[in-house]
Amino acid sequence: MDQKELREQEARCIQENAPGCTAGCPVHVDVRGIVNAVRKGDWAAGAAVFAKTVPFPGIIARICDQPCRQGCKRGEIGDPVAVSALELACVAGSDKPAPRVAALPAKDRRVAVAGAGLSGLTAALELARKGYRVVVFEAGDRPGGSILGIPASRLPRQAIEDDLAIFGQLPVEFRFGAAVGGPGMSLGALAESFDAVFVGVGSAEALCGLGAERGADGNAAIEPATLATGHPKIFAGGSLRRNRDSRSPVASIADGRIAAVSIDRLLQGASLSAGREKEGPYATSLYTNIAGIEPRAAVAAANPAAGYSAEEARLEAERCLLCECRECVKACEYLAHYGSYPRRYVREVYNNLSIVMGIHHANKMINTCALCGQCAALCPNSLDMGEVCLEARRLMVERGKMPPSVHDFALRDMAFSTGEAFALSRHQPGYSSSRFVFFPGCQQAASSPQPVRKMYEFLCGRLEGGVGLMLGCCGAPANWAGREELFRETLLATEKNWEDLGRPTVITACPTCYSMFHHNLPGVPVETLWTLLDRTGLPEGPAGLQAQKLAVHDSCTTRHEASLHRCVRNILSRLGHGAEELPHTRETTVCCGYGGLMLFADREVARKVVARRIGESPTDYLTYCAMCRDNFASQGKRAVYLLDLLFAAGGDDPAARPAPGYSDRRENRARLKRALRRDLWGETVTEPESGVELIIPADVRSVLEDRMILDGDVAQVIVHAETTGDKFEDTASGRFLACHRPSAVTYWVEYSPADGGFLVHNAYSHRIEILY
Amino acid sequence: MDEQKLVCVKCRIPLAPGDVTLTYMGSNFPVKLPKCPRCGLVYIPEALATGKMQQVEAALEDK
Ligand code: SF4
Ligand code: SF4
Ligand code: SF4
Ligand SMILES: [Zn+2]
Repeated sequence: MDQKELREQEARCIQENAPGCTAGCPVHVDVRGIVNAVRKGDWAAGAAVFAKTVPFPGIIARICDQPCRQGCKRGEIGDPVAVSALELACVAGSDKPAPRVAALPAKDRRVAVAGAGLSGLTAALELARKGYRVVVFEAGDRPGGSILGIPASRLPRQAIEDDLAIFGQLPVEFRFGAAVGGPGMSLGALAESFDAVFVGVGSAEALCGLGAERGADGNAAIEPATLATGHPKIFAGGSLRRNRDSRSPVASIADGRIAAVSIDRLLQGASLSAGREKEGPYATSLYTNIAGIEPRAAVAAANPAAGYSAEEARLEAERCLLCECRECVKACEYLAHYGSYPRRYVREVYNNLSIVMGIHHANKMINTCALCGQCAALCPNSLDMGEVCLEARRLMVERGKMPPSVHDFALRDMAFSTGEAFALSRHQPGYSSSRFVFFPGCQQAASSPQPVRKMYEFLCGRLEGGVGLMLGCCGAPANWAGREELFRETLLATEKNWEDLGRPTVITACPTCYSMFHHNLPGVPVETLWTLLDRTGLPEGPAGLQAQKLAVHDSCTTRHEASLHRCVRNILSRLGHGAEELPHTRETTVCCGYGGLMLFADREVARKVVARRIGESPTDYLTYCAMCRDNFASQGKRAVYLLDLLFAAGGDDPAARPAPGYSDRRENRARLKRALRRDLWGETVTEPESGVELIIPADVRSVLEDRMILDGDVAQVIVHAETTGDKFEDTASGRFLACHRPSAVTYWVEYSPADGGFLVHNAYSHRIEILY
Repeated sequence: MDEQKLVCVKCRIPLAPGDVTLTYMGSNFPVKLPKCPRCGLVYIPEALATGKMQQVEAALEDK
């Protein structure tokens, strides 16, 4: 993933885009900032936010025509937020004096402004701040233009005076009674004697009267993004750009500012038009979900003439939705964990990949994503954080920057599944060809070996043409770990076995296996067990469980397989049970906490993911992946694995089955393979040497699970200690302590001999090696 | 486990602090750890393995 691709992903996240109000406001007032200030009753802060983009806040807060309200999301379900009234509450409630303006060092360029209305005054103010010497020519005897016609009851003269006092601090010269176009003051003459001119004379006729070029419509031709006219030094804006009935004070202010930017660029020799798309009002692309938001009428001021009281303003501010997207963050516990949103996260991933020397702070975040794709399913622009994190993992592996401990345990478990102890590939007993091959998947066999065996036997009887069996691992852990090479190798080995079996249709029990094959082995026909059973009929089992309602947890790796979702629910109803839908279901389902190997990267986050999911309904859950079930069960949630349910008899309670530990998961796989070889293929199978007999009390068992130490690791340490004599003895308790390092991990075991075997008291491990 | 009570089974003598070099991801660090003064068998206490050592491992892995 190069810089460009990352940028593209980053750009998909529109969370930082302005809300509808701010985008629709010609000068882009930060409405959410004002709302937040009002909610806190911090009027001065609100007034400061307002004044940041509005040059004459006392005037505008009283007369604004509020085009922002057209973009307000509240407006879609009722009254838009009374933005202007909140602004006025801030301006009126703030007793801080207006801040002193800091002007840039004086420049020797001179700008003329024709007309002291809002657009002209704004242009003059902005240009003076940039250090230009400005002369304002006004036909009347005072500044203000058309606002002087507004009744004082609505716009007190004091408010105008206060706002315009700012010119006392700036090098702006006013010439009153000086109408441009009057004697000796043609527009052309102004353009001759000044470096640039802004014309804000209030009416289009006046501008044309000044000799400006006319466009096709007969009005003066003005370029909307820059306010340039046909004359390179002359710019024009304000009310003269608008019809009498669509005049807008705030739009005039925006024009004054746009013209000031243009004039500055002209005088600096910069491009007039580059990057100016968002200077005026625009429609935002911020997405905000308003589903479930209750309409609430706008707060009416008890005394309209006085505006909102503090309490009224606060209540009205409560109506603001503080628009933002965060659709993915709201649904994904992992994304919520880091307190921000994908636009920032993608950037962090990028920075993490760019570090040459120093600490890679985002490693853990990159490795904790479930790679489940829920974010992409929810995002209005389909940003897939999973794709970003997976690609980052691949690059880390490629560059030798992947922390070796993160995926070590999972990859060793995968090696176990693809190794001698579990892997197997053969035709149905008595057959020399296969039309189908059952691929139950490593974790289904690890968790639920008996039902896996029963299902295989059932399929052999049900389907014509031979049903082969393939035990192994699809390679998902390697894929999730970013180990591309290992993943490819694993896939190729599976493909080779499949070819040797005569290219049968693969039937997977595990949704993740299905997804891995479906997306990575395009030549291999694959179907899930569940769609197959729904099509061909269920096994006729014993009486089965009493009818109950089960909340279906869809697996994240098959979120886009609508037919699978349907078939699972069909099967449930054929078994006589009802299906409940969880809040996030089918294509927007949540990961169970195992996906992407998140559990191995950050157990705390994985636990939060599980906790959130199991908290969504008190009903027993139904999963069609054994791993999902075990994750839920490990945190106390009653959950049934569909395969268990198919073969459950009356008195069984498959939802109560505890999740097997890591050692049992291995033992279950190995035992299943031995039993099948012996019972189905009639082979003589030698049971493994019993080795050392371990006695592991329950509390020690949970320490082993927690530290991911297998019984086999413990046994190896003891065998090593007992054969070499390299061990310590605690002379007080008589217990032994010894260590052994089979490969990358050193295991320590505290034990004592106990009738015929060894009693294990404790075990721990470290990766740091003792050199000498 | 009480470190004071530990003896090396082969040599039947108590442990004493000694120089040990630990290594991880290409970095070596000399430390003082309890070990058998005769045969050199090193003892890593549980608290060290699950505490400081784990932190150092994580820090080196993120470098
Ligand atoms: S709800 Fe608030 S932030 Fe959203 S558009 Fe309306 S005023 Fe703006
Ligand atoms: S869904 Fe998430 S990634 Fe997509 S735009 Fe919204 S916040 Fe950004
Ligand atoms: S865990 Fe799933 S929803 Fe959350 S960021 Fe990763 S891929 Fe997206
Ligand atoms: Zn010794």
